[in-house]
Parts: sequence; C-alpha cells; structure tokens
Amino acid sequence: MAQFKLHVNGTEKIVEVSEDMPLLWVLRDHLKLVGTKYGCGIAQCGACTVHIDGVAMRSCVLPVSQIENGMKITTIEGLSQNGDHPVQQAWKELDVPQCGYCQAGQMMTASALLADNKRPSEEEIKQAMHGNICRCATYNRILDGVKLASKKM
Amino acid sequence: MKTNRRNFIKAGTFTTGGLFLGINFLASCKADVPLPKDLSKLNFKDFNSYIRISEDGYVSIYSANPEIGQGVKTSMPMIVAEELEIPWEKVHVEQTGLNSNWYERQVAGGSQSIRQGWDGLREAGATAREMLKQAAANRWEIDVAEVEAEQGAIVNQTTKEKLHYGQLVEDAAKLEVPEKVEFKKPKEYKIIGKDVSNVDLHKIVKGEPLFGLDYYEENMLYACAIRPPAFGQKLESFDATKAKSLDGVVDVFRFGDKIAIVANDTWTSFKAQKLVEAVWTSDEKLESSEDHASVLDTLLSAKNSEVLRNDGDVDQAFKEADEVIERTYAAPFLPHNCMEPMNFFADVKEGSARLVGPIQTPKWTQGRVAELLKIEAENVTIDMTRMGGGFGRRLYGGFALEAAEISSVMKRPIQMVFTREDDMTQGTYRPASKYKISASIKDGQLTGYKLKEACINGNMYGLIPNFFPAGALKNYRVEVAKYDSNITTGAWRAPYTNFLASCEQSFFDEIALVLKKDPVQMRLDLLENVKGNTDEKIEYSAERLQDVIRLAAEKSNWGKAKEGVHQGFVAYYCHNTHVAEVAEVEMVEGLPMVKKVVCAIDCGIVINPIAAKNQAEGGVIDGVGHSMFGHFQFKDGKPSASNFDKYRLIRMTEAPKVEVYFVENELDPTGLGEPTLPPAGGAVANAIFKASGRRLFNQPFINAFVDNNPLM
Ligand code: FES
Ligand code: FES
Repeated sequence: MAQFKLHVNGTEKIVEVSEDMPLLWVLRDHLKLVGTKYGCGIAQCGACTVHIDGVAMRSCVLPVSQIENGMKITTIEGLSQNGDHPVQQAWKELDVPQCGYCQAGQMMTASALLADNKRPSEEEIKQAMHGNICRCATYNRILDGVKLASKKM
Repeated sequence: MKTNRRNFIKAGTFTTGGLFLGINFLASCKADVPLPKDLSKLNFKDFNSYIRISEDGYVSIYSANPEIGQGVKTSMPMIVAEELEIPWEKVHVEQTGLNSNWYERQVAGGSQSIRQGWDGLREAGATAREMLKQAAANRWEIDVAEVEAEQGAIVNQTTKEKLHYGQLVEDAAKLEVPEKVEFKKPKEYKIIGKDVSNVDLHKIVKGEPLFGLDYYEENMLYACAIRPPAFGQKLESFDATKAKSLDGVVDVFRFGDKIAIVANDTWTSFKAQKLVEAVWTSDEKLESSEDHASVLDTLLSAKNSEVLRNDGDVDQAFKEADEVIERTYAAPFLPHNCMEPMNFFADVKEGSARLVGPIQTPKWTQGRVAELLKIEAENVTIDMTRMGGGFGRRLYGGFALEAAEISSVMKRPIQMVFTREDDMTQGTYRPASKYKISASIKDGQLTGYKLKEACINGNMYGLIPNFFPAGALKNYRVEVAKYDSNITTGAWRAPYTNFLASCEQSFFDEIALVLKKDPVQMRLDLLENVKGNTDEKIEYSAERLQDVIRLAAEKSNWGKAKEGVHQGFVAYYCHNTHVAEVAEVEMVEGLPMVKKVVCAIDCGIVINPIAAKNQAEGGVIDGVGHSMFGHFQFKDGKPSASNFDKYRLIRMTEAPKVEVYFVENELDPTGLGEPTLPPAGGAVANAIFKASGRRLFNQPFINAFVDNNPLM
C-alpha cells in the first residue's frame, strides 16, 4: 500500500492503494467514479478509456504508480460540467446506446480523437474507434455520433 | 389482463402529499391480488405496479421488465402514456424490483416483452384515462360523451374548460373501474411511432451509476471466485496461503467445487485469485471439440432421432427424385460476452436475503436463492439494475446464487464479480451444432425437403419446425438428435434459429441455382404455396414474408449491384417477426468484407422507431460478426479463448452499414431484440458465394479464408 495524489476531473484526490492497482480500479472502487467501465482488463475492449493529459488511455492496464505527479486524469464524469460536450450532445441526439455499458469508453475515445482532429474522415473515425468494442453493435450510430459531434466542435 | 376492481389499487396518500391512481399495467399482471385491508396506508413504497399521477399533473409510470439494452424501459411506458393521453415530457419512468404479487412476466427473453405487454399496457392507460374523463364529467355535471382527454387534461367540449389530471385524480380514484375501455386508433397516436430517446440516456452519457457493477453499499466487500477450469472437473484441494497474505484480502474459502476470494476491493480479489493454488480432479470425460464433431456426425447419420414435423411422404419424394442435394453445416459453441461481466450484490442475513444486480429472470432466481439458503422466497428481495447486455446469458442466475452463498458465509454484504476470463470460460454457451439439409428435385421442381439437427445438449423444439419453409412443401420433415455434454449450454440471442436460419437460407440459395431461379423469386413462389394452407401450426404469414422480401429487394436494388459488389439474399421468420435481408460483400485483399446490409422488417406497429432501428442494426451486425468471426473450441474441457485477445468480436472497421426499413401497417407489435440476427449469417454466406465462388458450410466463415489465423 502506498499513498498517491491524483488529479482527477479538476480536483486533487488522495488514495491509499497497492501500487500495481490499475487506475481503473482506483477510480471505480476507491474514488467511486464508476462511469469508467471494466470490460476485459487487458487493453482489448476500450470500456475503461480515460484521458490522461488529453490522450485516450486504457485505464485497466495503467498501474496507479505510473501516473506522474501533475498528470491530469479526465473520466466520463469530468468530460463536461453538464453532460453537454459535443460528443455527449451528439450521443443524446442520435440515441446511440443500447445497453450503454461500452459507451463511456466510446465517448472518451471519440472526444480525444476530436480534440486532436476536429474534422476526421470516415476512415479516420473508424480507425480511431476500432479499439472500442460494442457488444450491442451500435457501430453505425457511433460513427454517425462522431460525425455529428465533429460538426459541433 | 382484465383490469378489475381487485387489481386496480386506487387512491393512496403519498408521503409528499400527492395522490395516485394505481393500476396493474402488464398483460400478465395477476388478477387476483388481494387488496390491502387499509387503502389509506398505501404509499409509494408499498405498491409499485401503478401509474402515479401527482397533483401537479406529472405522471410516473413503473417499468417492471428487466432492461438489457432492448429498450423496454422506454417503449413499454410509451404505450401506457399513449393511451393515458399524457405528453411524454410529463412522464417519469421508474424501474421496479421483482414483485411477484403484482407482476407475472418480469423476464427479458424471447423478444416477448412488447408483444405480450401490448394489450395490458394499453388497457392500463386507457382505463385511467376513462376514469379521469368520468371524474371531470361528474364535476361539470355533464355526460362523459361531452368531454375529451387531451394532453394531460380533460376538456369540456362545449365550454372548452380544462381540468388537468392532477386536479381529477382524487375523484377518479373513487370511481368504479370501467369494465371495457376503447383503445385509440393507430391514426390517433401521438407518442407511439415517434422517436423517443432512451429514458436512461442522460445518465449513460454522463457515466452515472446504473449497472450491476456500479452498485455500491457501505460496508460492502468485493469477491470473485475460482471455478473448475475445465468442464467435468471437481475441486480436490487448494492452498490459499499466498493469496491470504496479500494486503486487503479478507478471506478465501471453499464453497462446493469453487473457491471464494473476498477482499476490500475488486482488484485485490482478482489479484489474489491468481495466487490460489488449486488441485482439480475429474471422474468425468473432459471433452474436446474434435470429439463433438464426430459425435454430431454420428448423430446425423443415425436413425434414432426425434421427428418434430413430418408432412407428406418425404422418403417417397427422395426415391423418385431426379436429383438430390444434400449439405452439412457446422457451427461452434459461442460465449455471450456481455460487455458487463456477470456480477451480483447480495446481503444475506439470518432468514432473509437482499440481492441487487443485472438479471433477465428475477423470479426464477428468487426461488433458487431461497432454496439454496433454505429460507422463504418471500424473504428474498431482488432489485434489478440496468444490464450491460444479456443476450441470454443473464437468464441463468448462477452468479446471483454464488453471491448469496458468499455473503451468507461472510455475514456481510458482498459484490461478486466475474473477471472477463471467468465470464468467457464459465459460460452457458450457444451449443455447437450441425445440420444436414437435403432436397429432392424432380422435373425441375422442389419436391421434398428434410432437415436434421444434431446438437450438443439439444436445441430446436416443437415450435421452430413450423417456421418457413414449413407449409410451402408437400413433403417436409424436421428431426433432431442430441448429445448430452457436461459443457453448459443455453439460450444465446435468438436461440434455436441463430444458426439454423443461416444454414437453411444458404441451402435455398443452392436450390435456386439448381432450379435456375432467382433466389428472391424462388422464395416468393414457395410462399405462394403456403397461402390457403390451413395448418394452424404454421407460425408465420406468407403474405407478410412476401412483403418484406419485396421491400428488401426493392431497397437493395437486388440484382443491380455495382461491379465488385456481391449480394446475398435471405428471408426469415422468428420471434413473431418477419425479416428479409440483403448483404453486400466485396473482396478486399482476398478477404470477404461485409460492407452493407439492407434489412426489411415487419414487426407490426413500431412503438419507438429510433430504438427499433438501433435494435435491428445491432442484431444484424451481431449476426454478421458471429457468423464471420465467432470461434470457440474446447480442448479437454477447457475453452480455447478466455478474453478478447483470443476471441474476436466484430469491431468498428468490420461493421457493415445497415439500412433498416419497416413495413408500415397497423398490426399488433412484435419483438425486435432477436429476429434480425438469425438471417444475417445466411445473407453473408450467399453474398460470399457470389463474391468468391466459395460456398461456406462452417462458421466462422473467416476460417475458410485465413490459414493460421493467430486469433483462431
Ligand atoms: S477494460 Fe480496459 S480495455 Fe477493456
Ligand atoms: S451499447 Fe451495449 S456494449 Fe455498447
């Protein structure tokens, strides 16, 4: 067990956990930020995607001890104040989710893509979203959602 | 359901001062629930099977059926609200827990929620509406014929005076319940048929707690379990010394042939799981996929099978045939792979248990938990969370029982979680199966058709052989045989037909080729034969199937595909819904890529088009994905894959564009969670044949094109 100071969604948090604990479980079990989901634990499904300094990362394989001081962690809960990030708006407008379980990860990947590239081509969107599995197969809507969000950026 | 005095709980004093009109609104609500003795004591907590109308005119509608992403938490209340004549903006939907006193079919499965709820939901809304009208008429001292319900208010047709529902609910509740109410005509619908977004949508996009894994209570511990790694094994002994020495591990103990690991958080329990050294034994056969393949072949050629349908004289037709076509198809086991792994919360106390989590069958699970803990079922409560997918896996609540057992040992509330590896390797799989289909042809006509299923643990049952093409052929036979395995199998999205449809529809494609007919025309012709068939067992409508066939052919420009684009056609009926699909395949670097699927559906009235389309698209892509990539084998009782690195699910770059078209009619609605999936595999197989010249008989199809695929 060790103490870690984390900068999550704009606030400082102190947690005492074992150093190999992946960020995913620190967020979920210790900070009670359960929007970030567990899907595979081996960086294969994207359900656990968060932003670290704006970059989409798989939190399930990121030991908390590797997060350097000052790194800014953003989870779905912190993507926007009122759930109105362009990606969230687009997701609502198009009613993207089915079960919804994968969608936080989808939105985090999509928002990181758009922060980097405001007007991605269809091919670029597909490549960027390829790492996020949706078992309900809402892929058509996710694609449309990213396109719509891109227009709102 | 007959709404009557006895199940129409009326007025109660709401703790915050509002009033409600409570009525059972599910088709299968029990009609003989005794009213509580003292109605004035009714409150929000006591009854949850009603529409609640607050004094300011807002309405709460309770949704009793489990939500697995199929959208019932939105679409079922939409039906109530429609008949109640209340604007959707004034409706608030709440999920109820299991309440067997009030509801009978609190199940998600078989695409049946909407179909079976349709009459009861409408009756609930309409009954309340009529009573509100009567209450207003009484107030104005006029005949009820002189008032109308409009958007949450009753309007005096002569004076145009208005009273909103909140002003009337108390009076309405005192009235006799009308025996018979009229439903609206589809033309009058204001909510049904409009796009209504998912009632949990705002929470989903913000990542608020909704799912089983998000459930948390103070004082809760986290647990996972170790189960036999191979089917057929038992636990002999284990050493938990290392696991127990890990900081944060609370306990490790045996229960049955499993080992529970309880810790202060999920990760620690997962980590400790790997440190337990277990010794497994077996006195049963540890089965492998090669064994299954030969067992199924033997069953296909053996004589002792069960005949499920037998029309005319099939053997004679084959004897007289000019030509016989016979094909054998094979498909593997499939794990469900719900995105949210199995999990459940349990808090077991002396004589009672409280469970919370994602479950498709709360009632069945309640009984099983009670039996396990040797307590009364009424002392087991089950609350349902939103589910991160179900696909049939959450019909089998073994995980809830495990949670209950661990909690009862620990005497603490616990959340039991499957790792992804547990989830994939401890499944209730779609059974591996083979089909042999044969057709006899004489004088250029299809004269006989026989189909035999050989399946691990069994699959098809009585109803299925009455689907298309039953009734279209004079000589027709369906028979089944099974092999009992110790590998657990069960319902997997569109059970019974998810592979069957693919085989039959691919077989038809071959018949069309032999008969030199267009596959679309051949199906239309076959369906002509069904018309006038008086066999009441025939499940589908020839006319409705023909309509979706024509719609799919038209929308896909059937037969006029661009250079390099190859189309495959299917039409199928299952889960009470008629579907036709056209898949378009292109060959890219020697591999078939499914680029587009056009899907035409007749599911009667479409309640919520935006969600219905989502379901249909998902079903198609799921069907394409699993027929292309779903590869799952056993070696000595152990599954070949345990996570998504070795098990390939369809992803964004492989997902076809799906175009969905609904036949517009005013027929009663049927389900959509499953019916678009089974035909997809056949559409893909038929398109791949055109694209590559290769006829594929074994799923997953990708195996025919890839040698040494690292994922296979
Ligand atoms: S849970 Fe992290 S990628 Fe799947
Ligand atoms: S919406 Fe269910 S997994 Fe994506």
